[in-house]
Amino acid sequence: MISDRIKMILSGLPTHVVLIGLCLIWLVPTFGLLVTSLRPFQDINQSGWWTALAPPRGAEEYSQTCASCHGSNGKEIATADLTDPELIGQYSRSIKLLAMLKREIDGQPHLQGAPAPEPQQAADIADYLKRISGIAARPRFTLSNYIDALMGYRGTANYAADCATGEQALDLNCNVSDVMNPRGMGRAFVNSLLVTIPCVILPLLFASFAGYAFSWLDFPGRMLLFALLVGLQIVPLQMTLIPISRVYAQLGMNGTFIGIWLFHTGFGLPYAIYLMRNFIGSLPREIFESAYLDGMSHWTVFYKLALPLSVPALASLAIFQFLWIWNDLLVALVFLGGQKPVLTYQISNMVSSLGAGWHLLTAAAFVSMALPMIVFFALQRFFVRGMLAGAVKG
Amino acid sequence: MSDTQVPEIMRQGKIAPWLYIAPALLIMTAFIVYPGINTFLLSFKNEDGTMSAAAACVEGEPCWGVLENFRYALTSPSMLNAFRNNLLWVFLMVGGTVGLGLLIAVLADRVKYEALAKAIIFMPMAISFVGAGIIWKFVYAYGTSQVQIGLLNAIVRKLGGEPISWLSEPAFNNFALILVGIWMWTGFCMTILSASLKSVPTEILEAARVDGATEWRVFWKVMVPIIMPTIAVVVTTMVINVLKIFDIVYVMTGGNYGTEVIANRMYGEMYVSHQSGRSAAIAVILILLTIPFMIWNVRRFRAQEAIR
Repeated sequence: MISDRIKMILSGLPTHVVLIGLCLIWLVPTFGLLVTSLRPFQDINQSGWWTALAPPRGAEEYSQTCASCHGSNGKEIATADLTDPELIGQYSRSIKLLAMLKREIDGQPHLQGAPAPEPQQAADIADYLKRISGIAARPRFTLSNYIDALMGYRGTANYAADCATGEQALDLNCNVSDVMNPRGMGRAFVNSLLVTIPCVILPLLFASFAGYAFSWLDFPGRMLLFALLVGLQIVPLQMTLIPISRVYAQLGMNGTFIGIWLFHTGFGLPYAIYLMRNFIGSLPREIFESAYLDGMSHWTVFYKLALPLSVPALASLAIFQFLWIWNDLLVALVFLGGQKPVLTYQISNMVSSLGAGWHLLTAAAFVSMALPMIVFFALQRFFVRGMLAGAVKG
Repeated sequence: MSDTQVPEIMRQGKIAPWLYIAPALLIMTAFIVYPGINTFLLSFKNEDGTMSAAAACVEGEPCWGVLENFRYALTSPSMLNAFRNNLLWVFLMVGGTVGLGLLIAVLADRVKYEALAKAIIFMPMAISFVGAGIIWKFVYAYGTSQVQIGLLNAIVRKLGGEPISWLSEPAFNNFALILVGIWMWTGFCMTILSASLKSVPTEILEAARVDGATEWRVFWKVMVPIIMPTIAVVVTTMVINVLKIFDIVYVMTGGNYGTEVIANRMYGEMYVSHQSGRSAAIAVILILLTIPFMIWNVRRFRAQEAIR
């Protein structure tokens, strides 16, 4: 019996190894970004995120070279307290520290015959001393990257520190109004919401109308028109950008919300109409017949019967539209640009203007990913259902 | 797509249906049909759409007259490079996403944490290309000689190799970008293939196992043939997606270092070189490339619907 069970577990082992391995490969890049966004920016460029829980830089060198006399906390020698910021301040550069280590103290060599550290090691030790003396003390994890990204802070320290000393940049007020700073992710978040919400509602509404008409109203050329509208799915988005932006320029609609709402609505409609027609058309015909016999008009049947019954289809469409528009860069780039920056625009702008400001980039990326992740995990069911309806039926 | 007969009793006036369709019809005409036709016409015009494309011809050099933009789109070295890259994308990304998607769908079916594993693989679908671009740029980061903060180069270092600048080294960068695409789209393939696998009758699988078939043979000889129509649909859908791939390249390399694909050339001709005629010609070629897969896909759906 027992050997049978062991056999069963063993035969399942490769499955688990492969599957868990793949899941880890899928998760690790995102997890690394999350860890990085929570680390102080000085640490991000000094060590990989996987060392976030390891001892700080220079700790090992310190314990080899200094700890035997100064003690592991640096306080053993009262006349040379290594946690004293004034003392360490004199040796903040590794060259000065090296010179000090090679000097004689009270006629004795400082290191008592031990070999002097290499320049790189000395630099690490200097870094460590600054950390324990409080000159450059910093926590392992911090939220300041998120605050900086939300407020649009672009300085060399961080938002809270600059505001405390009154050295903040001209576009910051150090009060709650900074959340609306045009350079910040806070403002971009609001803009993304303002773009996304109407772009989800409008196509859903129009597609429900059309879906109802294509299912339960009779008119000549019905199927042909339906096929034509759904066939418009093949037109790639890039193909329509030039003519539309020319028209918008003439109408003064570049950089307005209404322009981007209409554009996204147009491109959301082919798939939305397709899905709505299939769903409303597959509702049992008896319901509609009896409602009509009871004297209900088409309009009443539509909003009292068809709409409430198609909530599952509406939900999956809403999620699709939401993710597509929230994550879109190209359309926002062309029609809104820097006038009303959305999250994706703001991040791609940071990539080009900030180079490797990983602390801001990682935090900004997570700000933009938070809402779609929540929506996705909360409503995964509807998302998958909508995808299957689209793919298996086309 | 069976034509639902509208019950006789529900017949209505002549105008009413058009009122229901009007909003959708108007917006789609204005934002898809009109600009689509406009772009198609632009592809036969010169760089600002004022004259025929033939005006761009130079004496003594090859010229296709009014199809000059198409000559550029089909024969210029940068476009040939884009076609080559796109071909690489199609083979590796479609193979990768469908293969891994099928593997995960089969394996996840046998474990208790199926829902969790699938959610993890599917998660990148919720992330924007910009977000994914940052996530993977960080994995590929090329640091200094002392510190490697990019995970991949840190691993290379640990194994005793030299750090590589993944995104600017022509030998690696296309593969590095395609890997991001696979990471993002495997969840899509997995979900559809998994739903299809669940519909394979268990009696058939059990019968094969009772007959002594190994799991390997059950997979290749029973499962795969049954879900073949779905695999075909997933493959064609992915081919269409990959032909249009744009954002990953735009965000991660901007098309530099020989990583350009067709859609990026189209964007570049439009917004960087301001050659709207050439850009439109590339768009037309892109549509022509996808149409065969579309038609094939629709045929498959029809056949599948008929069987049901």
